[in-house]
Amino acid sequence: MPHDAMSKLVGDYYTTHFTPDPTSEGDTLILNLGPQHPSTHGVLRVVVEMDGEYIRRSEPVLGYIHRMHEKMGEVKTYLQYLPNMGRVDYLHALAWNWAYVGAVEKLMGIKVPPRAEYIRTITCELNRISSHLLWWGAYILDLGGITPIFYAFADRERIMDILQRVTGARLTYCYYRFGGVSADIDDDFIKETREFLQHFKTRLPIYHGLVTGNVILRGRCEDIGVLPVEMCRRYGATGPVLRGSGVAYDTRRFEPYSVYDQLEFDVPVGKNGDAMDRYDVRMAEMVQSVRIIEQALDALPAGPHVSPDLPERFIPEKGEVYFAVEGARGKIGVYILSDGTAKPYRLKLRSPSFSNLHVFAELAQGTLLADAISIMGSLDLVIPEIDR
Amino acid sequence: MKTIGQTIKSLWSLIVGLKITTVEFCKPQITVHFPRKEVTNLGSYRGHIDLVPLANDPQTPRCIMCGYCADTCPSGCISLKFHMVGEEVNPEQRRRLLLGLDVAVPRSGGKTPPPDKIERVLDGFHLNYNYCSLCGLCVQGCPVGSLAFSRDSYLVGRARQDFEFDLLARLKSRAGTNSGKAAA
Repeated sequence: MPHDAMSKLVGDYYTTHFTPDPTSEGDTLILNLGPQHPSTHGVLRVVVEMDGEYIRRSEPVLGYIHRMHEKMGEVKTYLQYLPNMGRVDYLHALAWNWAYVGAVEKLMGIKVPPRAEYIRTITCELNRISSHLLWWGAYILDLGGITPIFYAFADRERIMDILQRVTGARLTYCYYRFGGVSADIDDDFIKETREFLQHFKTRLPIYHGLVTGNVILRGRCEDIGVLPVEMCRRYGATGPVLRGSGVAYDTRRFEPYSVYDQLEFDVPVGKNGDAMDRYDVRMAEMVQSVRIIEQALDALPAGPHVSPDLPERFIPEKGEVYFAVEGARGKIGVYILSDGTAKPYRLKLRSPSFSNLHVFAELAQGTLLADAISIMGSLDLVIPEIDR
Repeated sequence: MKTIGQTIKSLWSLIVGLKITTVEFCKPQITVHFPRKEVTNLGSYRGHIDLVPLANDPQTPRCIMCGYCADTCPSGCISLKFHMVGEEVNPEQRRRLLLGLDVAVPRSGGKTPPPDKIERVLDGFHLNYNYCSLCGLCVQGCPVGSLAFSRDSYLVGRARQDFEFDLLARLKSRAGTNSGKAAA
């Protein structure tokens, strides 16, 4: 059977429009990574054209877990949309919570009490640590090391216990409310958090000894997927992916929201923009999150955890608003266009993983398949967030 | 010379890793063997919602039938049925409580209104737990604190119908067993 006829017979639209170039030298192979592949963590599918062990081109195929979150925003009231936010990015759910409530508060001019701002900071940073821990374990798992994910989960479990006390949930949090948070934190919460931070500080050297210094990991990460700053700008990559390339851009620092301008923390950056730099940035970010939580716990003011003068119904005036926060994967933005009714006219979610993913197609060009897996892992993709 | 140094450093990194795993291996177990032992942190677990009875009458819920919960629920899990005080009750034609978005919710600042002001009698409080996302908007929004999360973390069912509850019937049966126990 002729080569092009055979390739048309197998596969769906995405594979067939990716048919090997007939003028290319030698035989190339079209390969599907995913939608069910251990390294794609969810349902991401990447069509790659292989020349031997090397990738000639690749294309991510999205939409396997599309849940119409933006459309749901148009048919639900402002309050009813809150649980959706925990399900966009289930690993850093509180950042999405924050982006949405922050946008509505900005739109309606609701003042948040200082205690609530500090509680939000503490819980959001705890959530960031748990998100980075899961990435850490899963990334090493992609590269073939099984042990670290168990270490990461043991610590992550403690964070989830702490957050469960106030949020009532372990993963898909729906904790922030317009004008505050749904439940106040108590002394036990503060005690447990402080204990965890002390424990976590002893764990980080273990992680570095076990994984960061390991020669096998360095072989899989160093000089793999070198991402120039110019390319980050072209694709709109943010978060640790951008900071790994040496740009110290952090929404918490450059567009300070809440109390982040009163807290001291560094923005870690990498040098070369390879997978190892992105790894180092995330590990350093966990240390900074610990610093932020400690300062916030020390400065925690007394007072109400939710604004006492909230309107009976959340019906904003006509207008539009954009609010951005720093999530574990980058800049999370929520845009709301209000037509003065109880439901938003349009709601747009800017998810960092969506922009970060598209760097992959260009980065993977000409690399070994095994290195492409390492590159994909180093981008820290959360598939539900890409599709929304 | 440089290569030898590099090789020794690389090998040493593996030994460091092995040392860490050996130390961790000797630490006590941190997981719980579920059927034989249970986890202890279920105090803040959220099960499905339940009605809270009046302090002096375990048979009657604190609910004032304002419809805030049914109205707020993002998934439309909750539906209430009621009849007016003194009205003929026809079980076939019980009214369904529906509030428009423009209707203001009667908030009473967390206090139960005096009983003579309640003109409606609750006939049924239906919860479709299949669609509930446990966001807590109904529990936190209830003006009289008539809703609370149940704590049953081991709830299982085989069919969709197993998760459709009449919370009023649950409250009454719970009150019945409690008063039965008290009498015995």
